Amino acid sequence: MISLESYMIVSSAVFCLGLYNVMTRRNAVAILMGIELILNAANINFIAFNRFNGLPILDGHIMSVFVIVLAAAEAAVALAIIINLYRNIGSVDVDDARTLKG
Amino acid sequence: MSEIVFYIISSLIFLSCVGVCTSRNLVHSAVCLFFALFLIAGLYIMLYADFLAAVQVIVYVGGILVLIIFGVMLTNRLEKPSIDISSFNQLTAALLCIFLFGIQCYAILNGNWVNVDYPPTENTSLEIGRLILSKHLLPFEIISILLLGVLIGAATIARKKR
Repeated sequence: MISLESYMIVSSAVFCLGLYNVMTRRNAVAILMGIELILNAANINFIAFNRFNGLPILDGHIMSVFVIVLAAAEAAVALAIIINLYRNIGSVDVDDARTLKG
Repeated sequence: MSEIVFYIISSLIFLSCVGVCTSRNLVHSAVCLFFALFLIAGLYIMLYADFLAAVQVIVYVGGILVLIIFGVMLTNRLEKPSIDISSFNQLTAALLCIFLFGIQCYAILNGNWVNVDYPPTENTSLEIGRLILSKHLLPFEIISILLLGVLIGAATIARKKR
C-alpha cells in the first residue's frame, strides 16, 4: 500500500521545483508556469489527506475544486496583465517592469 | 502492482517538473508542464478522486495550458529566431529549494499522521455535488461571482487602449 508520506513527498518535490522556477525565471509567462506547479502541489496534498483521514467525507475534494477554479481565474488575469505589459514596454521580462507609470 | 505504477508516475512527474524549470525554450517548458499536469491527474486517479482527475484534465490541460501557450505566442517577437528565456540566481535558488525540500521531508517523515486506508467513496461526483449545494454553498456562490469578475476584468485589462 502506498502511504500518505509518499504522496506528501511527491507534492513537496513539485512545490520546491515550482518555487525554484518562480525564483529563477525572468520571463513572466514562465513564472506563471511555476505558480501553476505550486498550486498543483497543494491540490495533491488536499486529496491525499482526504483519502487517508479515515472519514467518509470529501471536503478535501471540494477545496481542490476551489483551488482549480482560482488557478484558472489567476491564469486568465495574469495573462491579460502580461499582454498589457508587452504592449506597454515591449517585453515580458519582469526586470524591465519597474515603472509605475501607465 | 500499484506501487510500481505510483513510482513510475512520481518519477515522471519529477522529470517533467525539472524540464519545466531547466528548459531554455519556453515552448518546451509548456510541453513539460502539459506532461506534469497530465501525470498529476493520474496521481488523482490513484487516490480514487475520479471527478477531480477529469476536472484536472479539462481545466488545466484543456484550458490553462492553452492559455499559457497563447501567452507565449503573443508575447514573443517574431524577429527573434528562438524564444529563449534567461534565468538568474540559479545556484542560490537551487540551494534554498533543496534546503526547503530537506526540511519538508524531515517534517513529513517524522510527523505523526493519521494514515487510515478507508475504503474509497463509490461515486465521488455525486458526493461532491451534494456537498457543494449544501455545506459549501456560500463559497460556491462567492467563487461564481469571482469568475464573473475575472471574465469582465481580464477582457477589460487585455483590451487595446486608444
